Amino acid sequence: MRIPCPVCGVRDRREFTWGADALALDRPAVDAGEVAWDDYLHNRENPAGPTRDLWYHDACGTWAVVDRDTVTHAVHGSSLAETARAGKAAAGKGRA
Amino acid sequence: MARLIAKSALMGLLPVTVGGISLTEVETGPVTSIAPFKGQSRAVSAVLKERVGLRFPPVNRAVAAGDVRLIWAGKGRALMLGAKPEGLEGLAAMTDQTGANAVLRIEGEAVEDVLARLIPMDLRSTVFKTGHTARTMLAHMQVSVTRVGADAFEIMAMRSMAGTLVHDLEQAAKGVMARRALG
Amino acid sequence: MRIDGHGRTGTRTVSFTFDGKSYEGREGDTLASALLANGVRLVGRSFKYHRPRGILTAGSEEPNALVTIGKGAARVPNVRATQQEIFPGLAASSQNRWPSLSHDVMAVNDVAAPFLGAGFYYKTFMWPRKFWEGLYEPIIRRAAGLGALSGKSNDEPYEKAFAFCDLLVIGAGPAGLMAALTAGRAGADVILADEDLQMGGRLLAEVEDVDGVEAHEWVSETLAELAAMPNVRMMTRTTVTGAYDQGTFGALERVSLHAAPGEAPRECFWRIVAKGSILCAGALERPIAFPNNDRPGVMMAGAVRSYLNRWGVSPGMRVAVFGNNDDAHRTARDLAAAGVSIVAVVDSREDAAPKGDFPVFAGSHVVDTAGRLGLEHITIRTGEHTRNIRADCLAISGGWNPTVHLTCHMNGRPVWDEQLLSFVPRPGSIPGMVVAGAANGVMSTRSCLTDGVRAATEALQALDLAAPDVAVPEAEDRAYAIEALWSVDGPRVKPSARKWLDFQNDVHVKDIKLAAQENFASVEHMKRYTTQGMATDQGKSSNVAALAVLADATGRGIPETGTTTFRPPYVPVSIAAMGAGSQGMGFAPQRLTTSHGPTVASGAPMIEAGLWYRPSYFPKPGETTWQQSCDREVAMVRNSVGVCDVSTLGKIDIQGPDAAAFLDFVYANTFSTLKVGRVRYGLMLREDGHVMDDGTTARLGETHYVMTTTTAAAGLVMRHLDFVAQVLRPDLDVQVVSVTESWAQFSVAGPRARELLNTVLDQPIDDTAMPYMGCGPVQVSGVPGRLFRISFSGEMAYEVAVPVGYGESLYRLLAAQAEVMGGGPYGMEALNVLRIEKGFITHAEIHGRTTAFDIGMDRMVRLKKDCIGQAASRRPGLLDEDREQLVGLKPVHAGGKLTAGAHLFEQTAEAVRENDQGYVTSVAPSPTLGHMIALGFLKRGRARHGEVVRLVDHLRDVETLCEVCDPVFFDPEGGRLRG
Repeated sequence: MRIPCPVCGVRDRREFTWGADALALDRPAVDAGEVAWDDYLHNRENPAGPTRDLWYHDACGTWAVVDRDTVTHAVHGSSLAETARAGKAAAGKGRA
Repeated sequence: MARLIAKSALMGLLPVTVGGISLTEVETGPVTSIAPFKGQSRAVSAVLKERVGLRFPPVNRAVAAGDVRLIWAGKGRALMLGAKPEGLEGLAAMTDQTGANAVLRIEGEAVEDVLARLIPMDLRSTVFKTGHTARTMLAHMQVSVTRVGADAFEIMAMRSMAGTLVHDLEQAAKGVMARRALG
Repeated sequence: MRIDGHGRTGTRTVSFTFDGKSYEGREGDTLASALLANGVRLVGRSFKYHRPRGILTAGSEEPNALVTIGKGAARVPNVRATQQEIFPGLAASSQNRWPSLSHDVMAVNDVAAPFLGAGFYYKTFMWPRKFWEGLYEPIIRRAAGLGALSGKSNDEPYEKAFAFCDLLVIGAGPAGLMAALTAGRAGADVILADEDLQMGGRLLAEVEDVDGVEAHEWVSETLAELAAMPNVRMMTRTTVTGAYDQGTFGALERVSLHAAPGEAPRECFWRIVAKGSILCAGALERPIAFPNNDRPGVMMAGAVRSYLNRWGVSPGMRVAVFGNNDDAHRTARDLAAAGVSIVAVVDSREDAAPKGDFPVFAGSHVVDTAGRLGLEHITIRTGEHTRNIRADCLAISGGWNPTVHLTCHMNGRPVWDEQLLSFVPRPGSIPGMVVAGAANGVMSTRSCLTDGVRAATEALQALDLAAPDVAVPEAEDRAYAIEALWSVDGPRVKPSARKWLDFQNDVHVKDIKLAAQENFASVEHMKRYTTQGMATDQGKSSNVAALAVLADATGRGIPETGTTTFRPPYVPVSIAAMGAGSQGMGFAPQRLTTSHGPTVASGAPMIEAGLWYRPSYFPKPGETTWQQSCDREVAMVRNSVGVCDVSTLGKIDIQGPDAAAFLDFVYANTFSTLKVGRVRYGLMLREDGHVMDDGTTARLGETHYVMTTTTAAAGLVMRHLDFVAQVLRPDLDVQVVSVTESWAQFSVAGPRARELLNTVLDQPIDDTAMPYMGCGPVQVSGVPGRLFRISFSGEMAYEVAVPVGYGESLYRLLAAQAEVMGGGPYGMEALNVLRIEKGFITHAEIHGRTTAFDIGMDRMVRLKKDCIGQAASRRPGLLDEDREQLVGLKPVHAGGKLTAGAHLFEQTAEAVRENDQGYVTSVAPSPTLGHMIALGFLKRGRARHGEVVRLVDHLRDVETLCEVCDPVFFDPEGGRLRG
């Protein structure tokens, strides 16, 4: 398996550590309540098909959001987790 | 009062020669990690340009001017070798890493074949040219690999793993040399 | 027999032995060709019935001719004689026979065959149950089998390696050569891999012309052109074994198996990463099932041509041929031209016409064979009539199966082709892979050459490279004519006769029918029930015929019956190759501290702590047990001074305008209020409210902290901090860098710690300059270092750090000075006793299921607004008073034994799970207190100090009454560490 590091380029999977489902990006506020925290901590989709998750490139210290497919094993691409979060924050502010 | 004596990471382990492959320790001088704070990358690069004549290196690149080298060292980070950075206070996190790495030069006509036994990256000269660098793995170790010549690479690994680094490279070189001797 | 003037082996003779007997072969021979040249037909015994078996094929698909190569620890079983090249001194031996190949007592199994049919062991050996492991299984294992490993450690070198290319061309027959040529001329970065020792595929085995010259000459010319291309890398003796995700392929190279063992790797397991691939793996000829079709001397027709045309060997002097397609006739033609007598060409097709000067029996079948250890005659049937013909070799061809295996490695299913009567690859089964030539169901030489160019052109397009104009050479271009024939039935076929399908696993037609009859009708069930297609050859020759028989027996078509799943590896890969480099020192990196040299020199046994090596204890003359040394070292720290290398703890440099806010978020307690020059204990939670790690963090400047982690969690915490910085709080301006390797750090602990330290510091310190939990820069014997007043022993203690290069020097100095003062170095055992006496926790306590509440640190979290783990830590279940809480335990009676892992029960309760009250995490013999002490977790433990509980260790058979107490056993007021 090969994974594109958004910083270094495509590398062998052995250079990476799987981290979390991409919903880790959506950390609830501390007072968001039990349901929100339960979802964040425990409840996961188990998709047959497209999925997004976070991988750590141990070699360079980058957390990446990786788009891949659990059925075909295709890896479609990746982006910096840092900016994915910033993007969400900006979008959130826009709605508010 | 006694004075402390510094010992290099690979003292007693190198040099080693296997066939046409040589492993030698690299004398780095001071090593400092430079990690620009948010929005300071340009400012850091400008100071570096002014002080040592080098810009902050792009991803996967190493640059040199005289005895001073800057090697990209991971997300938002570079190592300065050969001199201590000046004028970057408040612009970047600076962390002394002198001696923290075992740094060796591996050289020889078969060097790409030797590294192909250990590193899961395409390091052929058509792809990975002089001045290219990468953070990757060598066997089970996190390393930095930089091409420093047509037949020469520089490898940095954690100092504590110096013995394993030399062992793994030596074993790989022995295999490559013996394979070549088969004809 | 060697046929003069045929074949292209070298002229030099090579001596080797088979079953201890010496033979001579020629340079370039495989073991199989050399044995056939010497007239050796019997080379093995079958798996189950121990039937005599000979060489069937000339390639990696060989089911029968498996031998053991070499002797002693390095002997390798199950080597295919068809691939093993001979070299001077090669020692090969046959397998699965006793006492000898020609007199095998287990051949009695063949007589008992009616009782050993498919699924026999499921039925026969079920009762009584306990007899299975003790009696039946060992007997069956001894009787049935392949070769055996030596059981000893093999020190021969093996290798792993990585390779990269634009295009991987798998197989170097006509299609592969044209594909590589086309891609090479286009300037693509090409790897051409072929499992044979010579490239050329069938072109090396056939008598035909390509581009007006003999096929093998065209191969040589083409290989020369490829070899001259700097962008083409050619890998012979390399079998591509698996196709994996994102263009990754596994490949096994037989690096030096063709030579006597030496320094060179025996095999190399390659990971090849290719942007695209072209599969030109050719096709495998399949046998026909008829009675007693397994005798030595019965061979594949194509293999017979290979031996004749490539190695100049005829497997017999009176050869019969049996087939359902024109290829069978080619074998007769080539052998006849070489002067070998062709006694019959038996063709199942009614319209088969004579094609040479030999008898052709059209519309006929072979219905039996005879010969005890090798073929002596065959029985052929034409209509209702049979006749016996004397023959020492029968060349059979049931058609060709495209080698589709790799296209199935990522879930691809092949498609049935009615014209070819075989499965062909489903396009697109492997992303980026194009299939060409016989593997693609294209059978003539000319069409294979054409298909190779076509495939390369397609693959180049995908790489945005322009394909050059490549002229396809003139070559043989006959249509492939075949009629279905899987199993010979009908008149004159004895109902009791066994018609073998899978030679390696002794599966015959009736086994498949029995499986169908017993409702193992799914192809995957049939496989498991009969063992069809298992073991080293994975049914390469036999699977399709077995499917056809199953389809027939179940009244379905072959496409509906489907295939079993082809999984990697395509050929067996030795574990030695896959694990190459990972033995001994290569297993895991060894992390050594700067004090390693002097520590080992002082005789300290080292223990592994993760990847690190740390001293267990430092034995003094006269000490014979670890505990004597440990007790002395504990007393030394309590009464004088000890030195311990703590460089293995994770150290992380944290800098930036938001460094304080970052730490407040990462830790359960607060660090923004910490003053510069001070250190604070920090507790780190996971987001689910459980403890992740702990350690101390020092504030070196307004925007600069250095964090320590436990040795075990250093990597995990670094990853976690990057996660927080990038994923959860990218708004914070902070930089995090590991400095574990940058500093050598030593603990100096004991009442005389300051005194010792002052012998190495340029400016002496006192309690005011460096109070408890203070920190700051110091000059250490001329070197700028750092000093932290922290204690993991309960004594006045410091950790002094210097740039790592000076570590050994400082260690030597401290250890020597300490000894002068009646102290010395101490190891992990003493460190552990010291911390348990003080109730300090490690990962034995914070093992992943404990919360801040459990270890009595809940107040730290309660005050926080937000931090990792804050929200989840407030869940009622994690604050339940009933939870198991950290306690100390001491034996009620003198000498009472405590063991880690033991469980705790009320005094009179039965020691069963339902009554479990808690468990013990750490124990130590405390020389300070004179008895054993323990830390553990007990339900409502904090409220139960003074209560007596029963410790029960079922594994070590220990029962001890313990008093529950505060976890801090020693100096609970902490006066000593404040000095």
